[in-house]
Amino acid sequence: MIIFQNVTKIYKMDDHETVAVEDINLHIHQKEFVSMVGKSGAGKSTLIKLLTGEEKPTKGKVSFGSYNVNKLKPNELPFLRRKMGVIFQDFRLLPNKNAYENVAFALEVAGRTQQEIMEFVPQALEMVGLKDKMRNFPRELSGGEKQRVAIARAMINHPDVIIADEPTGNLDPVNTWEILKLLLKINELGTTVILTTHNKDIVNSINKRVISVEDGRIIRDEEEGKYILV
Amino acid sequence: MLTTLSRVIKYGLVGFWRNGWLSTATIAIVFLVLVGFGGLLMFNSLANIVLADIQDKIDISIYFKVDAPEDRILEVQRALESLPEVKEVEYVSRDTALETFREQHKDDPTVSQALEALDENPLAAAINIKARELKDYEAIAGYLDKESYKDITDKISYAQNIGVIDRLKSIKSTVEQGGLLLIIFISLVAALIIFNTIRLAIYSNREELAVMRLVGASNFFIRGPYMIEGIIYGIVGSIMSVIMVTIGVFYAAPYVKIFVPDINGWTYYLSNFFMFMSAQIFFGVGLGVVSSYIAVRKYLKI
Repeated sequence: MIIFQNVTKIYKMDDHETVAVEDINLHIHQKEFVSMVGKSGAGKSTLIKLLTGEEKPTKGKVSFGSYNVNKLKPNELPFLRRKMGVIFQDFRLLPNKNAYENVAFALEVAGRTQQEIMEFVPQALEMVGLKDKMRNFPRELSGGEKQRVAIARAMINHPDVIIADEPTGNLDPVNTWEILKLLLKINELGTTVILTTHNKDIVNSINKRVISVEDGRIIRDEEEGKYILV
Repeated sequence: MLTTLSRVIKYGLVGFWRNGWLSTATIAIVFLVLVGFGGLLMFNSLANIVLADIQDKIDISIYFKVDAPEDRILEVQRALESLPEVKEVEYVSRDTALETFREQHKDDPTVSQALEALDENPLAAAINIKARELKDYEAIAGYLDKESYKDITDKISYAQNIGVIDRLKSIKSTVEQGGLLLIIFISLVAALIIFNTIRLAIYSNREELAVMRLVGASNFFIRGPYMIEGIIYGIVGSIMSVIMVTIGVFYAAPYVKIFVPDINGWTYYLSNFFMFMSAQIFFGVGLGVVSSYIAVRKYLKI
């Protein structure tokens, strides 16, 4: 479903060049759960930006389903992004909207009707276990709860893939496991999950595919892999 | 699509409201531009009417010597009627002139007594000529200046009226050029202010915009609200300026009437109100849309 073909990304700054990722070949299938591990600056985030169309590859081709991501015009990108749910370490919730409105926002921008919003948003918040805190603002929620709102928002448009970029980076172990369980549940229900993380324990405990990235290259790609520090 | 449009308008209104003071300042400058624009428009229209009115009143009069024989005068009249530049020729005989003079001064006993005291009619015969166009007067005046008429004509009056027209025209064009320059200048200032307001709005909404992109908002959805803000600046500014110009014309009209009694600025404004109003709204909204579009293109990455 997701294919990277000979992808290289070079950032040009004035007169010097930085190679972020080099010669990446990667194939992620539908319904897979993939962990992407590596040190900071290894190139994980660049790979995700290339997938969401935020960056264009210097060389190579990125495709997602039927989309050729690096050939998309600016006005086609939103449609790609509605098929992806992205979750970040810093949650990226809107502080002046409550949990319900934050999730509803994703449906509003997609042009869904008010009836659909009133139907789907409570369902999504129920799935992440926050039905009771629907009217709470982000400042009234714990880190784990905020991330669950973000997951509900990411899931609301029924995306084909959930991209979780260090989703547990700011969370304590208990909340980390809660979020991980939620991601595994989403994956079981049929959505592809791509998880980037530094957390050795969770990667080692779930026995899923692990892609290790170092210096902009994939150095290991194993089904049922482990987080191996170099 | 309608849902999206209504949401875009809603977000635009929310942004406008949240910006509070900045919106107020932006509207104030738009208002200023439009009042200048509306005033200039009104001035231009009135000046055109005044000019047309004065041009209509203008004519050349040839005054004949008191002893000029009537058949020669009629000969001049026929000659004038055959000129292509001439629209209308009116012969005022000595008797008619006296009649008119008596009529005008019938309440003034000294004048009537003075006339009685004279044996003879002191007034000269005259021919009043109206040309088709303003520039034709010079040709007609030149024609009348012929040697063969010198012995019967007394004087030809036309120069002073032409002077009034020329002066009026030069005042009109000076005011228009100066006003236009001023309006261009404050329009640029207004555009810069709107531009900056939108830029600040984009900056303060950057979190929201990042989330919008994240969840796949279309370009129209991201940019639309800022265009709406620009439109609101234009609409509110122009409504205020229409009110201001209306009040201004209402109070200025009596003064215009002093200079040109035939013209009622107020009724003229009312009968052309729709034109004045739509011109101001069109200009205001155009200014708002163009400046916010440039800001959005420059500062809002998709």
